[in-house]
Amino acid sequence: MTTSLKSLNQLPVKLTSGHRLCAGCGEPILAKQILMGTQRPLVVSLSTGCFEVSTTVYPYTSWNVPLIHTAFGNGAATCAGVEAAYQSLKRQGKIKEEMNFVNFAGDGATYDIGLQALSGAMERGHQMLYVCLNNEAYMNTGIQRSSATNMGTDTTTSPAGSVSSGKQGYSKDLTAIMVAHNIPYVAQVSPHNWRDTVEKAKKGFDCGGAAFINAITPCPRGWRTAPSMTVDMAKLAVETCVWPLYEVVDGKYALTAESLKIADGKAEKKPVTDWINAQGRYRHLKEERWAPVVEKMQANIDSRWEKLIRLTEH
Amino acid sequence: MAKKKLEDIAINGDGAVAYAWKQIDPDVCAAYPITPQTIIVEDFSKFVANGEVKTEYVCVESEHSALTLCAASCSAGARTFTATASQGLAYMWEMLPITSSMRVPLVMAVANRAVSGPININNDHGDAMAARDTGWIQMFADNVQSSYDNAIMAPRIAEHPDVQLPIITNLDGFILTHAVERMTPVDTDDVKKFVGEFEPVCPLLDYKHPTSHGMLDGPDFYYAHKHQQVEAMDKALEVAEQVFKEFKKLTGREYHLVDEYRCEDAEYIAIILGSSYGTMQETVDRMRDAGIKVGAAMPHIYRPWPEKEIARIIKGKKAVAIFDKHVSLGAYGPLYPEVVAAATDLEEMPKMYNFIYGIGGADTSVSILKGAMESVIKGSADKINYVGMKL
Repeated sequence: MTTSLKSLNQLPVKLTSGHRLCAGCGEPILAKQILMGTQRPLVVSLSTGCFEVSTTVYPYTSWNVPLIHTAFGNGAATCAGVEAAYQSLKRQGKIKEEMNFVNFAGDGATYDIGLQALSGAMERGHQMLYVCLNNEAYMNTGIQRSSATNMGTDTTTSPAGSVSSGKQGYSKDLTAIMVAHNIPYVAQVSPHNWRDTVEKAKKGFDCGGAAFINAITPCPRGWRTAPSMTVDMAKLAVETCVWPLYEVVDGKYALTAESLKIADGKAEKKPVTDWINAQGRYRHLKEERWAPVVEKMQANIDSRWEKLIRLTEH
Repeated sequence: MAKKKLEDIAINGDGAVAYAWKQIDPDVCAAYPITPQTIIVEDFSKFVANGEVKTEYVCVESEHSALTLCAASCSAGARTFTATASQGLAYMWEMLPITSSMRVPLVMAVANRAVSGPININNDHGDAMAARDTGWIQMFADNVQSSYDNAIMAPRIAEHPDVQLPIITNLDGFILTHAVERMTPVDTDDVKKFVGEFEPVCPLLDYKHPTSHGMLDGPDFYYAHKHQQVEAMDKALEVAEQVFKEFKKLTGREYHLVDEYRCEDAEYIAIILGSSYGTMQETVDRMRDAGIKVGAAMPHIYRPWPEKEIARIIKGKKAVAIFDKHVSLGAYGPLYPEVVAAATDLEEMPKMYNFIYGIGGADTSVSILKGAMESVIKGSADKINYVGMKL
């Protein structure tokens, strides 16, 4: 099946509308794209977070596929448990069909509290796809910093103040940590490029082992952007190389989509100031005194980008 | 009765649990090693490695993931077992009430061990008691044989359609887990028949009938769901009694919600949990030889609390000594207030004394228990007493 809008439009709806996520939330957009990556029977698991509390408010559910949530830091183990049951029952001949398993979790549930469970599940090689809906802070609890939060970000636990420029230190490169697990498929995606995301989701579901996809997922509340700007913000993250699009298949790196064009010189690499100026969470960085912070942010983006170029042997 | 009577074997408590699990042959087992539970997972790993079971065995990276994986696997439709102890159970704690609220009938063996700190690997009941209020059924064993028997009966109680709750089978660390005793196994075919096929409710893997598990509740649904768990706990008492009866038919071995030893004509009763129930029986015999009418009782099912049976046993007695291998620091041992509460319905309340003993694996000898009972009879005991403390 080709990844065309016409064909994707025909697929059954797994996550229904009517959920309680905010207007402009990037999570359902991204999740729907991921869910289009498999036509097999699917079980979804969710780590505690916005996506979970907004789609499973008893006695209603937004899910047309089997769904499980247990807690915050253990989405990977939850998904792995369903997969373990499947492996056992399939081996016993009690289930015939090939099935897929996916966990959705925010960056807090992935980069921070769930890192151990995620690492364990990836190392054991469960046949599952783990998707991080990375909106770069704990948005469900009211915009607190996580280790996915970038330097200079104003959050409620790393507030910009008279002596602070917001979050100190750089964000953790979790995608690289997942690559280090030697799993068959790792990728970064952005919801603005649906084709790239759906195709990567397919590869993740089809890889026959543990797969990890990290998705930049704009949050209008936390990023202080208009709900109408979500897809634009996701695109800008890629255009500034704040969030490069790439995949690592069996250890081999490859840039994709806009990031490939930037590397080839066919598209402009926009400055971090475009990214900063577009979002209220960086408003304070326009002050002259924080210019060195902006410089450090740009330098960090550049060095990460150059490292990625080297890894892709581009 | 059983088709075949098997020869007695010499086995330790952990080995006995693993043996029962091999006979039951669960679909999934996920566990993390921790002393003194380790032999269970080691033995079971060997059964998996040698193809003696069909189980999908997952060596997880922590106990938190062990219980998570088991809860999810059981929700997915697989009969699932795990085992832990002490810090492992503490690390699982977040998942304990989640597992019971999801009505997941999984089975967990707990090799009871003192909870840090200070770090201590020996037996007491601090781990099981910290799990008390989490909605799990809890069974206690007094020897290797009952550790094995509980492992066979547990899934029957947990999986009953009226119950659908997770269950812990406790066995005292080292005293039961590592000590070799004589044990009569049940024929594997009989075990399989007794335990039966797993019939999951709304399993996730039934994708043609999708269901959502582990959802968000507002206050009213939360309260109602908690009350449903209370009702299921009440049912578990009835179901456990029934399972004990069936097990007696199969094996001749008799268990009750509260096991009793020479209680009927006793004037003084000792209530005690776990392996010390055996030590207490020896104490009772020696005191009976001296003409003192004492009896001993052990709640075989600790959660749900078999209050009616406790009340019946202590009714009309002069005094009751309640022995706790754990203490709620700044209050009492956990059994004490519950036995007192059971007595409030009696016309005449016996005198009630709490004895804290065996903390962190401190020795529990017949002489310590006898001394405690003598202080009860003399009336010299305090309301709460710390016995067997050497320093």
